[in-house]
Amino acid sequence: MLRPSLLALTLGLTGPAFADEIWISNEKDDTLSVIDIETLEVVRTIDVGERPRGITFSKDYSVLYVCASDSDTVQVIDPDTGKVLHELPSGEDPEQFVLHPDNRHLYIANEDDAITTVVDTESRTVVAQIDVGIEPEGMAVSPDGKIAITTSETTNMAHWIDTEKQELFANTLVDSRPRHAEFVKDGTELWVSAEIGGTISVFDVETQTEQAKIDFEVDGVHPDRVQPVGFELTAGDTHAFVALGPSNHVAVVNAETYEVEDYILVGRRVWHMDFNADRSLLFTTNGVSGDVTVIDVAARKALKTIKVGRFPWGAAFRPTN
Amino acid sequence: MRWLPALRAIVAREGLRFIHQRERFISALVRPLVWLLVFAAGFRAALGLSITPPYQTYITYETYIVPGLCGMVLLFNGMQSSLSLVYDREMGSMRLLLTSPLPRWWLLTCKLLGSTVISICQVYAFLAIAALFGITVAPLGYLTVLPALLIAGLMLGALGLALSSFIKQLENFAGVMNFVIFPMFFLSSALYPLWKMAESSELLHDICAANRFTHAVELIRFALYSEINLPALGWTFLATAVFGAAALWGYDPARGLIRKRS
Repeated sequence: MLRPSLLALTLGLTGPAFADEIWISNEKDDTLSVIDIETLEVVRTIDVGERPRGITFSKDYSVLYVCASDSDTVQVIDPDTGKVLHELPSGEDPEQFVLHPDNRHLYIANEDDAITTVVDTESRTVVAQIDVGIEPEGMAVSPDGKIAITTSETTNMAHWIDTEKQELFANTLVDSRPRHAEFVKDGTELWVSAEIGGTISVFDVETQTEQAKIDFEVDGVHPDRVQPVGFELTAGDTHAFVALGPSNHVAVVNAETYEVEDYILVGRRVWHMDFNADRSLLFTTNGVSGDVTVIDVAARKALKTIKVGRFPWGAAFRPTN
Repeated sequence: MRWLPALRAIVAREGLRFIHQRERFISALVRPLVWLLVFAAGFRAALGLSITPPYQTYITYETYIVPGLCGMVLLFNGMQSSLSLVYDREMGSMRLLLTSPLPRWWLLTCKLLGSTVISICQVYAFLAIAALFGITVAPLGYLTVLPALLIAGLMLGALGLALSSFIKQLENFAGVMNFVIFPMFFLSSALYPLWKMAESSELLHDICAANRFTHAVELIRFALYSEINLPALGWTFLATAVFGAAALWGYDPARGLIRKRS
């Protein structure tokens, strides 16, 4: 069967030379794997600093930021060449971060130091360090940029940061070992996943109060292994796809009713994920099996699993057209 | 031309016999369904099996054993038809059939086709019930599996025919169960992937890899995902030819074992 691009070439149609990509950080290989979304194959492997985990592109996709945790730095990479352009001061052991909507400030969780570091990516300086709970990990910024969230794994809290004053204005308890946070529905709700608690807590952002809790149960899998970690929302924030760690499943949650509608089998210890441009495909990183599973979002079926490096951790989409 | 009426008559007789034996139809369905819904549930690898072709991603155990259970339906039905041949011989209707002026190879081929058509109907009934329990393949797979089921069904039916020429009495059929059906089924890739067999014993793996039933199952497995497994196809064709030749030899009054018994 001819692939669409090959068909276009055969018919003499000129088009963009490259397909969109998904970038994966491989925690144990100190590399990034670049997956071509059209062929669903790894097309590039790029060496980076030690223990790459969180990865995110700038808003214009001109640079990639990588948390090189064991190198204690955030590396800035040119995605075209794969070369490290420079490094940012990140504080110790940066694990996850989030780019502010101003496309300039990175909010970085420093796991070992119990602080959140705010870095100006233009001046390459630390502009603030905010004390948070022990082992901070999950990071999120509201769409209007006014609130940043850090979740702390050991304190079991979501810390609410006023981004103008760069200080905490609220702390809310969540279930055991919160891993990931996202603002959803135009920033009116905050979702926080708790790995050991096995739940996602949904907060009303205005009042910082919990308004719902989502539980998970996978047939034939011991509840201890059902550990929600990363999650992403589909177009229109109608459904959330939640990585359930060592249960090897991704849950599909109705974001209106907070009910789980489906479970999809993926690779071992599924961790984080990202969508393609139109959010029709989802790419999950499966740490222990060292691969990435591609999910058809509409059909809620795993299509293919692609081998990448050892312990893939984060995923980031890059349009190339 | 009396060949086609003979084909129609023999296939219709097989069909009639099958329809009149409702217990046979139910048991033909219950057997694989028990494996699928009870055995597979007990041994459920909810965490997924490693990826081997034709699968592109992780699959549940239930998904893995479906092609093997399709093969099981064909295998049991192939043997059941050999049982019915022994019964026919004891009852005398076999003599009536074989005294027809048409060539014996054609009569046996008709018999083989008849039993294979019945087998395929049973497989589709099984796949339909499996689909009701959420174990499905792509819609095209249900179509592309048909040729594979036909070839595998002919191979196992031919084996049944060949065996029936060796079995002297109905009572000896238990031997077929013990020495043919069970080893063929359990020493194959129907229940466990070959790499899993290799983990426990290389010898076991080699036996399973040489088992013709493994090739039939793999042919069905790939066809369910609209792919062709050429080595499996080749081996299944070859085995069909060998078993078919053995059946012809067995039923040849001049040379076969029939002569010794009559």
